[in-house]
Amino acid sequence: MNVPTCFRRQLLVLGLAAFGAASAHAQTTLSMWYHGAGNPVEKDLMAGIIKDFNASQKEWKVELQQFPQEAYNTSVVAAAVAGKLPDIMDVDGPIMPNWAWSKYLQPLALPAGAIDKFLPGTIGKWNGKVYSVGLWDAACAIFARKSVLTANNIRIPTLDKPWTKAEFDAALVTLQKSGKFDYPIDLGLAWKGEWYSYAFGPFLQSHGGDLLNAAGPKANGTLNGKAGVEFGTWWQSLFTRKLTPGTSQSGADREAGFIDGKYALQWNGNWAALPALKKWGDDLVFLPAPDFGKGPKIGAASWQFGVSATSKNPKGANAFIAFALKDKYLAAFSDGIGLIPSTPQAAAMTKNYAKGGPMEVFFALSAKQATLRASTPGYAGASGEFEKALSDIANGGKVADALDTAADAIDADLKKNNNYR
Amino acid sequence: MTAPSTTSAPGAGRARRSGLLMVSPAMILMALFMILPFLLAFAMSFTNQRLVSPNPAQWVGFDNYKQMLDVGVLVLSPEKDAQGQPAREADGSPVYPGLREYTRDNPDYPQLNRMREWFHLDWSGDQRLYVLASDVIFMKALVNTVLFVVVVAPVQALLALLLAMLINQPLRGINFFRTIYFMPVVISMVVVAFLWRFIYAGDNGLLNALLGQLSFGAIKPVDWLGQPSTALGAIMAMSIWQGVGFHMIVWLSGLQTIPASLYEAAALEGASKWQVFRFVTWPGLRNTAILIMVVITMQAFTLYPQIDVMTRGGPLDSTQSLVFQAVQRGYGKQDIAGGSAISVFLFLFVLAISLGQRWLTREKK
Repeated sequence: MNVPTCFRRQLLVLGLAAFGAASAHAQTTLSMWYHGAGNPVEKDLMAGIIKDFNASQKEWKVELQQFPQEAYNTSVVAAAVAGKLPDIMDVDGPIMPNWAWSKYLQPLALPAGAIDKFLPGTIGKWNGKVYSVGLWDAACAIFARKSVLTANNIRIPTLDKPWTKAEFDAALVTLQKSGKFDYPIDLGLAWKGEWYSYAFGPFLQSHGGDLLNAAGPKANGTLNGKAGVEFGTWWQSLFTRKLTPGTSQSGADREAGFIDGKYALQWNGNWAALPALKKWGDDLVFLPAPDFGKGPKIGAASWQFGVSATSKNPKGANAFIAFALKDKYLAAFSDGIGLIPSTPQAAAMTKNYAKGGPMEVFFALSAKQATLRASTPGYAGASGEFEKALSDIANGGKVADALDTAADAIDADLKKNNNYR
Repeated sequence: MTAPSTTSAPGAGRARRSGLLMVSPAMILMALFMILPFLLAFAMSFTNQRLVSPNPAQWVGFDNYKQMLDVGVLVLSPEKDAQGQPAREADGSPVYPGLREYTRDNPDYPQLNRMREWFHLDWSGDQRLYVLASDVIFMKALVNTVLFVVVVAPVQALLALLLAMLINQPLRGINFFRTIYFMPVVISMVVVAFLWRFIYAGDNGLLNALLGQLSFGAIKPVDWLGQPSTALGAIMAMSIWQGVGFHMIVWLSGLQTIPASLYEAAALEGASKWQVFRFVTWPGLRNTAILIMVVITMQAFTLYPQIDVMTRGGPLDSTQSLVFQAVQRGYGKQDIAGGSAISVFLFLFVLAISLGQRWLTREKK
C-alpha cells in the first residue's frame, strides 16, 4: 500500500529533476511548487507574477511546477524524504508549523517592513519566526437575508456589536418557529475534514477554550476544561433541538440549501459568497461571528509561500516572495478567484473588497475577528481529533467523554512525538 | 548424464527452470509490492515510526499492541442517596457514579487509567459491570468488521447462488439480465458509495421517498446513515448489492461445469426439483462454494471505501472498520506505527479464519 505510491512519487520527482536540468540558463534557476493545478485562472496569475519577476532582474529565474491540491501535501512529504524539495513552495497555514518543525521550511528573510501592513492571518509564524506569508486570506461569516431577519424581528448584528450567545440562540429558535425553513442555520457538517477545525474551532475559542495549550503543550485541561464542556453542551443542543443539519447532511444540500431557501442562515466562507450574492443580491448580508463570551472569532490563515530548508538559493527565493507581495498582485488574485487580499491598499484596488464592494465586510471580518489556529506542529493530528469529537457530540455522544477522548488522543500524539521538539 | 530419478521425466529439470523463469516477474513484483510492505509494516508496528518526523523512530516493543488490545472491567454499585437508598432516575433506573472518576488519574485504579467504556452489562442485583478498553475505537472497529463479515458472507453467497440459478436458464435475452446483475461490480466502489449516499439521504433520499410512497406516508423518513442503529446495516445492504454480481458469475461458472447428463439421469429417475438441487447441483458446486466463502470472507474483512465515502466511521463509531482505522491512523494521524499494528492484527486474524475455513472444508477421508 505504501510502496507503490512512494515509487510513483519518486518517478514524479525524477521527471521534475530532468525538467529542471533541461532548462538551465545563465540566470540561476529557482524551482517553485504550487498547489493550484487545475485552476486556469490561478495558473495564469502565478505565471504572470513569475514572468514579471524573471524580467525584473538578471540573477534569478523562477520555474513553476503545479500540483493538484489533494496530492500536494503528500508530494511535498515524499520529496522531502527524497531530499528533492523545490526552492520555493506554498503551504497551508495550519500545516506550516509541522513543516517548519520537520525542517522542510526555513525562516523567511524578507526586507524590513515588507509585511507590516499584512492581515495577521496571512503571516505564518512559529517559534517567534516568520516562515511563510500569504497573498490572501479567507474568512467566514453568517450568510443571511435582511428580509428574513426583519420579518422575524431579529436585530441585524454589526461588527462592533455582534450577536451574543443568547441573541444568536434566540434568533435560531425564532427562525425555527417561523416554520418557513427546513433548518434555521446550516453549519456545513457535510464538509468533513479541516472545515470543522477552521469553522467551529473559533466558536470554542470564543467560549474561552482552545484545542490545546500550546505552551504545555497539552490538551487535557484546555480542550476538556470548563469552557470546552460549555461549548460542547451548546454544540450538542444545536442538534438535539434540530437547529442545524447533522453529520449526515449531503454535500448538495450544503452547496445549494441556502441558495434554495431551505436554510434561513448559513455559516460559510467568502469563497462561497459570489453564488449567494448572485441569487439574493442586495438582500444578502454577511453577519459577523457571534460573541460567545470571549470575543467574536473566526478562523484565519490560508495558503502561504515559504522557502524550503534545503534551498541552495534562499536569497533568490526570498527575493521572489518579496516581489510577489506587491499590492497589485494581491489585488489580481482577489479579483481572479475571490479571495481576501492581504493588505488594505490591495483591498482598495479590488472589485469585491473595495469600499462599497459587495464583499468589503469580509476584509473587516478578517482584520477584526480572525484568530489563528493553534500554531503547533501537532496541529494536523489534533485537528482530526477535534473533528471526531464534534461529530460524536453532534450525534449524541456524551460531551465530557468525547472531549476527554480527544484530549487524551492529542496528548498521546504529543507524547509520541516528544512534544514536537 | 546422470540417470533421471524415477519420479521426474527426462528434461524435467529444464522445464522446472524455465517454469521458474516464467513465474519470476510475478514473483518479484509480489515480493516487492506485497511481501516487502508487509514485512515493513510488521517491523514498524514495534516502533513509534511517524509518517513525518525529524525524530528517529525508536523500538517500543509491544506498546502499540498493548495500547490497542488492553481491556479492563469495573463493577459499580448504584449511588446512594441521603437515606442510604439507591438513587434512582425519574424512570426508576438506578444512578451510577461517573466513570470519569475512576478512569482519569485515580490512584486507586492505575490499571484503568485513561480507559473508556466499551459496553456495560447489568450484573447481580443493581450492580453494573463495565467493560473498559484503552482503545475503544479499535474494539468497535473489530466488532463491526466481524459483524459485517458474519452478515455479508452468507447473505451475499446465497443471493449470488439464487441469481446464478435464475440466469442459468436458456431463455431469450438472458444475457441482458446477466449484464444488469453484473453491472455494479464493474463500477468503482467509490462511485457506488456516492450514489448510495443519495439513495440513503435522510430527508429527501430515494429510499425514503420510495418507502413513503409504498406505505402511503406511514413510514416516516429515516436518516439511514445518520443514526448508529441503521448505519452499519445500510452499508451492509449496499455492499451486498455491489458485490453480488461477481460471485454470481463464479457460481454460474460452477453451475455450467456440472454435466448435463447428470440432470438427464435425475430426470429419468423422476427426481423432484429439490432432490435435483440437493443431490446433483449442490455436490457439483462443492469446490465453487468453498472458493466463494473464502473469497467473500477475505474481501469483507477489507471493508474500507464505502466507510470512507459514506460515513467515515460515524455516527458514534457505529461504522468503524479495521482497515478504515488503519488508514485513518497511518495517514490522518501520521501514526504509521499504529496503522501498521492494526494491519498486522488484521492479517493474523484473517489468516486464522482462513485456516479455520480450510480445516472445516477439508476432504474427509
